[in-house]
Amino acid sequence: MDKSQGRVARDTAGELPPVVTHSGHRGLQLEEKLIFEQGVPGRIGVDVPNPPQGAADKLGAFARKEPIGLPDLSEPQVVRHFTRLSQKNYGIDSGLFSLGSCTMKHNPRLNEKMARLPGFADIHPLQPVKTVQGALELIDELARWLKTLTGMPAVAMSPAAGAHGELCGMVAIWAAIKAKGEGETRRRVLVPESAHGTNPATAAMLGFTVDPIPADARGRVDLAAFEAKLGPDVAAIMLTNPNTCGLFETDIKRIADLVHKAGGYFYCDGANYNAIAGRVRPADLGVDAMHINLHKTFSTPHGGGGPGSGPVVLSAALAPFAPLPYVVHGKDGFRLVETKEAGAAPFGRLKGFNGQMGMFVRALAYMLSHGADGIRRASEDAVLNANYVHARLKDVMTPAFEGPCMHEALFDDRFLKDTGVSTLDFAKALIDEGYHPMTMYFPLVVHGAMLIEPTESESKDSLDAFIASLRHLAALAKQGNQAAHFHAAPRLTPRRRLDETRAARQPILRWKPAAPPAPTAQAAE
Amino acid sequence: MAELRFTKDHEWIRVGDGDVYEIGISDYAQGQLGDVVFVELPEIGKKIAKGGQAAVVESVKAASDVYSPVAGEVVAINDALTGDPGLVNKEPTGAGWFFKLKTGDTAQFAELMDQGAYDAYVKGLG
Repeated sequence: MDKSQGRVARDTAGELPPVVTHSGHRGLQLEEKLIFEQGVPGRIGVDVPNPPQGAADKLGAFARKEPIGLPDLSEPQVVRHFTRLSQKNYGIDSGLFSLGSCTMKHNPRLNEKMARLPGFADIHPLQPVKTVQGALELIDELARWLKTLTGMPAVAMSPAAGAHGELCGMVAIWAAIKAKGEGETRRRVLVPESAHGTNPATAAMLGFTVDPIPADARGRVDLAAFEAKLGPDVAAIMLTNPNTCGLFETDIKRIADLVHKAGGYFYCDGANYNAIAGRVRPADLGVDAMHINLHKTFSTPHGGGGPGSGPVVLSAALAPFAPLPYVVHGKDGFRLVETKEAGAAPFGRLKGFNGQMGMFVRALAYMLSHGADGIRRASEDAVLNANYVHARLKDVMTPAFEGPCMHEALFDDRFLKDTGVSTLDFAKALIDEGYHPMTMYFPLVVHGAMLIEPTESESKDSLDAFIASLRHLAALAKQGNQAAHFHAAPRLTPRRRLDETRAARQPILRWKPAAPPAPTAQAAE
Repeated sequence: MAELRFTKDHEWIRVGDGDVYEIGISDYAQGQLGDVVFVELPEIGKKIAKGGQAAVVESVKAASDVYSPVAGEVVAINDALTGDPGLVNKEPTGAGWFFKLKTGDTAQFAELMDQGAYDAYVKGLG
């Protein structure tokens, strides 16, 4: 039982009026101008040599006609600026990151050490292949791990992110359909409502018609509705498993069999693979193509720490269409296949080079340090943690579906009914509690959705503290007279609640220098 | 003002001049979406099937398709929404209309829910 009474968190001490500082800083919470606003003409941190005589002439039409517009700054200014920004950030290294559908994993420092080895960090994609045999072997070894874990015969390593991987898989499906002479007739892609939002976008980008499949009362694909939509014009189904409700699609094998029988393919969105890696082999579920977000499942950095990497495993039916380039091993060691070879029908290239090498190193370091048993255990712990959150909150919040769940726990806003507090207000109040909020209003199939994915590396202590904050907020909301407290949240952050509507309606997408002083009437003449 | 009819997807439709119908999203729909920040309208002259995707409405919470309650051809769009998408929140069944459709089959209108039936339907959604 949590005996904490909470701590008073406010910016006034006793009866004193609010502190107004001359500097605008709030104690050590520093106000920071944009870096463009900090430049002072002529200030410089390095000596830049003058270009050789005549260099500008050689550029011809490519010579810049106006200054580049970068601020003039000293090195300490730059260091302080980015250090201050990093202190305002909240990431997995600061605390529990409950954002659902995102799998914010701890990034082990061992991975970083490996990625910085000069043989991996300081090589160039255009180096002669015989000088980068170790790097190619690493790509090959990572591919072997991915194929073994998924049970799939082939993998395309070059996609640069999850959505890029989706594109890769769907282009391979399209190529396979065209090879069968059905390119003009199979133009419809079925996408369940519980799939990731990028799935319909990918299908639409390739010119397919997107046909949504409703969810049933259990939050899973409505099998009858799916069967009714099958036909000779269906190219594929794009299914996310576990789906965005955090539920395993229990009819997945039947769905795969039915779409195959109808002549279509099965694309599985593997973004939630962290829930099943080491326990379920997608090949056994009848999957034809699935991307694996190395950042979500194999602990490579996420978001700003990226870049992403989204290798795509392919079934035997799709393997011949895998994109170039790919690594093969022959009598002279490893080499890169850059052009079409006999027996293959690659659909082309997705990317300039061979994929995100730095992420490959991190992912393989994670695999080797965990082993097959450790990867399986990580998935089990991810599911256990989410179910612990689900079980400890179900009496005060309202789970959208009966448990058990997979790697994320989904709640709706029924527990906030008639409190005057919305999902948005509740999430904002969680920021004052010191947590990054859960995913809100997604998936759309659940009213006022709150999707919590705690990941496997959170300890029971850490989950208990998070749960205690949520229980406190739920009790506060249900008092019925605390709506104003929630509407004002967050109050303890560098900025209060942002005007999201105005930001979307009147976005300022780039900084521009203040307009020069208006010319005098005389100068304008 | 002429009678409104509604779909289960929360579009409304109103008889305009003769066989021209005005279409938008309901007050309930705008309330659920929250502040609307962007509206994508169909092109004039586009032919749309009954239940076909006609427009997109995007709010701070979500982007949703708007479907046409009846089949027909787009004859007018509400350009004012491009500059002021908030009209959808302020006057969902008035100045916040989306597009106008010319249809040959006026019988489709009668099949849709009237205000009373729609209110009961929304109440049932909880």
